[in-house]
Amino acid sequence: MSVVGTSVEQSAPRGGVGDRPVLSVEDLRVTFTRHGRRIRAVKGVSFDVQRGRMLAIIGESGSGKSVTVRALMGLLPPSAAVSGSAVLDGRQLVGMSDKQMRRVRGMNISMIFQDPARSLNPTMSVGAQIAEAVRTHQQVSRPQAAERVLELLRLVRMPAPEKRVHQFPHQLSGGMRQRVVIAIALASEPDVLVADEATTALDVTTQAQIMDLLVDLRERLGTAVVMISHDLGLAASYADEVMVMYAGQVVERAPTQTLFSNVRMPYTRALVEAIPQISHPSHTLLSVVGGHPPDPGRPVQGCPFRPRCAKADDTCLTAPPLDMHEPEHSYACWHPVTGHEVPVAAAPAAEIPGGTR
Amino acid sequence: MTDTTVTTERAEERAGSSAEPLLAVRNIVQEFESRGPGGVKEGVIHAVSDVSFDLMPGETLGIVGETGSGKSTLARAVIQVERPKSGTVMFQGRDLTTVRHRDLKKVWANFQMVYQDPFGSLNPRWRIEDVIAEPLVSHTRLTAGQRRERVRELLELVGLRPETYLRRRPMELSGGQAQRVAIARAIALDPAVIICDEAISSLDVLIQAQVINLFETLRRELGLSYLFIAHDLATVKQVSDRVGVLYLGQLAEIGPSEEIYRAPRHPYTKALLDSVPGLDPDTGVARRPVTLKGDVPSPLDPPSGCRFRTRCPFAQDVCAERAPVLEDMGPGHQVSCHFPLDDQGLPTRGHPLSRQALDVATG
Repeated sequence: MSVVGTSVEQSAPRGGVGDRPVLSVEDLRVTFTRHGRRIRAVKGVSFDVQRGRMLAIIGESGSGKSVTVRALMGLLPPSAAVSGSAVLDGRQLVGMSDKQMRRVRGMNISMIFQDPARSLNPTMSVGAQIAEAVRTHQQVSRPQAAERVLELLRLVRMPAPEKRVHQFPHQLSGGMRQRVVIAIALASEPDVLVADEATTALDVTTQAQIMDLLVDLRERLGTAVVMISHDLGLAASYADEVMVMYAGQVVERAPTQTLFSNVRMPYTRALVEAIPQISHPSHTLLSVVGGHPPDPGRPVQGCPFRPRCAKADDTCLTAPPLDMHEPEHSYACWHPVTGHEVPVAAAPAAEIPGGTR
Repeated sequence: MTDTTVTTERAEERAGSSAEPLLAVRNIVQEFESRGPGGVKEGVIHAVSDVSFDLMPGETLGIVGETGSGKSTLARAVIQVERPKSGTVMFQGRDLTTVRHRDLKKVWANFQMVYQDPFGSLNPRWRIEDVIAEPLVSHTRLTAGQRRERVRELLELVGLRPETYLRRRPMELSGGQAQRVAIARAIALDPAVIICDEAISSLDVLIQAQVINLFETLRRELGLSYLFIAHDLATVKQVSDRVGVLYLGQLAEIGPSEEIYRAPRHPYTKALLDSVPGLDPDTGVARRPVTLKGDVPSPLDPPSGCRFRTRCPFAQDVCAERAPVLEDMGPGHQVSCHFPLDDQGLPTRGHPLSRQALDVATG
């Protein structure tokens, strides 16, 4: 059977390397209805991902980054209304039936989550779980599946794979568990791998190992990776392109180096300034933007970051469009920052304006 | 309010007596018995092995290390939540390891913990005012009116408007607000030491920055000392005066944070630093992490000699034969390594890859 042993080499020519995006999202919108209230979680997000590229979506909790990818995966509850377009390998994902979606989810797009322990079945051996994924997607005999399991474990650089297949999740370290989850995600040779905070719960050392693995898989298999993270340093270190989300919208997008060397959107600048730095002397206060993201249940007039932005004025009452103002660099702002300008008043540490809830 | 003046006096008093350590921890050993299926003895987990450190008044000591390095176990052993197997903990002239259990309650008023998940440490059914007042009820003789006053004061201190938050319940708060409430509760009894166990790890970047700043402000205003446990080295650097690096229950290195970050002497410290993804806020240039291979070995059966040798890029035969001991590398800076690194990150003391050896080899 050709799936065994040759899949790595085979998958390279699939789809062809080129500029044609493997995943193309156009004006994606997600609205939840809760207790009669309409909560607009994602408000018109568009992006493309090319084969073998890594896109990072960054933003705070509630910015809509996870909802965006869950909408693509068809993992939202029935109360969510999804509109817009998301084309994966020429197939429209929005509006697909659950049955069709289940096929796509296995075959073309896979997802890994933050907590590997919860993604795995504690009562099944690692080998059995990976074999299950293999046999769901391919018609192979048990011995062939077992062979493929070992191959996948080697692919994710699991130490001593022959020993691991018989072990259970609780016998593995966090990093090894995440490798198992990735192996399961790769069982169907997906074109797009979505990593939702996949390394957040791991140690820095393990995080670096898993990120190296994702980069390596991207290069060897041509898998496109969409990583969701709130860690800007991580996104800056690994992604090819970065997309910053705030209140359900994309507020800035550019190739990684372009974006971080020339941050234009005040919100992105605020995020960059809030990262603790090894170069800071001890006990330095960080410059912090006060306030909270807007309540997704209430309509926002103009720029969503306006209430927290030091540069905001009456112009900002009109929502700025996400335009490509510079080559490959889009941002939604009327008053972009330049250089090292900090658009946020360094609020006194103990001051926090009243919550929005 | 009199409490405020008391607080300020205590702050001055603490800052003044700088020579005496507030907390002197010596040779702490913590071991647990591990039992397999059916209660069969599997062996002994060496969770913390012979760790010593001082915490000075008003000082922040960062403790870093990977999962399973014994960071949290060490903190729990220090405050006697789990009695350590051996070792001493001197606090206010008393050895806490000999304090009887029923007297520990008074001692604990001086040590407060702030955990990673703020919601897990707040009773979801209580109002915020009751959550914060609880330690005051059991530890002080304040009247109900005085307690209310103190709760308002504490909320102000952590930057939450009392009118807005007093009557709320934990579930009505965001993660950052809940962590502030947990901090208000922690400082309610005017403790000497706050132990932050990954207290900001689960917060968003902006909220995290707010909470870091809050810790900093409280340190200055109340003269608090912190034991700051985290796996994020950049955060630890930001808040700490000194940093201790734990590996498999042992201190690999301890010293002034500036020194440790400028020129780490232990290969493990260097590896940890190298695995932090960095972003220079001025240039936008990212620093991609350098990966440290392998996992932390099992604490059931730690490697012989130096426990880091199985992952160390510079390990030699001697590292398996003899366990290194902590030696002085400078003022307040100690490292436990047979071949401590030089400023360029190369091993010294006759290691084949040392500067001298390389110079000889290249002529």
